[in-house]
Amino acid sequence: MLRVENLHVHYGGIHALKGISLEVPEGKIITLIGANGAGKSTTLRTICGLVEKSDGKIFYRERDISSLDTRERTMEGLVMVPEGRRIFPNLTVYENLQLGSFMRTDEAGINKDLQWVYELFPILEERREQKAGTLSGGEQQMLAVGRALMSRPKLLLMDEPSLGLAPLLVKEIFEIIEEIKNQGTTILLIEQNAYAALNIADYAYVLETGKISMKGPGRDLLNNDEVRKAYLGG
Amino acid sequence: MSLSIFLQNIANGLSLGSLYALIAIGYTMVYGILRLINFAHGDIFMLSTYFVFYGILIFSLPWWLSFIIAIILTAFTGMLTERIAYRPLRKAPKISLLISAIGVSFFLENAGVVVFSGIPKSFARPELFDTMLIFKDIRISTINIVSFIISIIFLMALLYIVYKTKTGLAMRAISVDVETSKLMAIDVNKTISITFGIGSALAAVGGVLWALKYPQIFPFMGIIPGLKAFIAAVVGGIGNIPGAMLGGFILGLTEIMLVGFMPELSGYRDAFAFLILILILLFKPDGLLGKNVQEKV
Repeated sequence: MLRVENLHVHYGGIHALKGISLEVPEGKIITLIGANGAGKSTTLRTICGLVEKSDGKIFYRERDISSLDTRERTMEGLVMVPEGRRIFPNLTVYENLQLGSFMRTDEAGINKDLQWVYELFPILEERREQKAGTLSGGEQQMLAVGRALMSRPKLLLMDEPSLGLAPLLVKEIFEIIEEIKNQGTTILLIEQNAYAALNIADYAYVLETGKISMKGPGRDLLNNDEVRKAYLGG
Repeated sequence: MSLSIFLQNIANGLSLGSLYALIAIGYTMVYGILRLINFAHGDIFMLSTYFVFYGILIFSLPWWLSFIIAIILTAFTGMLTERIAYRPLRKAPKISLLISAIGVSFFLENAGVVVFSGIPKSFARPELFDTMLIFKDIRISTINIVSFIISIIFLMALLYIVYKTKTGLAMRAISVDVETSKLMAIDVNKTISITFGIGSALAAVGGVLWALKYPQIFPFMGIIPGLKAFIAAVVGGIGNIPGAMLGGFILGLTEIMLVGFMPELSGYRDAFAFLILILILLFKPDGLLGKNVQEKV
């Protein structure tokens, strides 16, 4: 579904990504783990067009999407849940969800997806008229995910969905991620919580200072000594 | 001051205030979405009066039709200035944008002198607006009532657009977070363009009503009303739409009351607006309805 080939990104003088290649097959959860500053977020932001690449190719559904801007990529179903949730605090929960379906015109489909989002996150329905800025951190993350689902993604890019959440909520978010996958959405997940991410991932890449240092099925990396040492605390 | 004169002053103040409110909206909306004080806004206001003037004089259109055409033309002019002078600077530092706005302002004023000539032209006021309405001993000119009602209608329409439509939702989203708005597949350029169009259209409504009230137009006429509307926007809390409306009415009422209560100070009415600005900046810099927004880094 998504194929990244030899991706390079420069930020000013910094060579942030040094030739990354990865593949996200349809219907799978692929994860990209790595330490802070390894280039995980940059990779996602480049895939959705918020950051410009200096070299390499990005193919989405067999098509080179270099010429599309962020908006057009979103309309093609390449949807991102940004890091730090980035909900609109001054808008209500419902308005945030509406923004997720901003480019859609199929009223019936939008309503159906809204019901699904409310099923996944009942708290959002309860707080629909509340300003999103008044939600707790966990609820805001749910809103960010729900909002992305309202775009009816084909490929969902998730940037650190568990960041700053209590352990119980982390578990819940990961269950939701699996549920989204079971509904037929492909997921590319970025996580610092390597244990949880590797557990649900079909395939994983380890990113180290702008390069892929290891890759393999999630379970295999979970049992890999090097990965255990570096990312799972021994 | 007798009660009837007081009420008469209230009526005048509301009518002037509604004009400031209409113009202030343009400042506050553009600031909300681009963090730009669009100093050319007062000159866009000026242009609208010339559009009406030429519509009636040269094309001999009926006044109401030339009002409508002027509002549409002004909206397009506002969108054009954004396209030419602001959009290319989207990624530039904010100060470049501000300098560009000042440039547009000078350009419009001086182009106005060249094209329309600097000599003030008298604006043909349709007879309908020349009458006085008399309630017992209160005399209110029709134009004051008309401008108040028309302003309220347009302000309501604006609130509807901003808070009840998809376009308004996009505007409110962009004003908080441009990057995430792109992730929502919002067309940022188009929305900014619409914002300029709406702001300029409201300035045009204000301009036409202004010219009916003070029927003399000249290329620099936008400066003082523009500055006062800017002050109104700051008083209400820049970036906040109901705030701009409130600020406009406060400014209009206090200005008229100053002249009414202390006629000997009436020469200072423009200075008085700046006094209000200074007081607000000293004691409530976020404006009456504004929230303290952290500068985006």
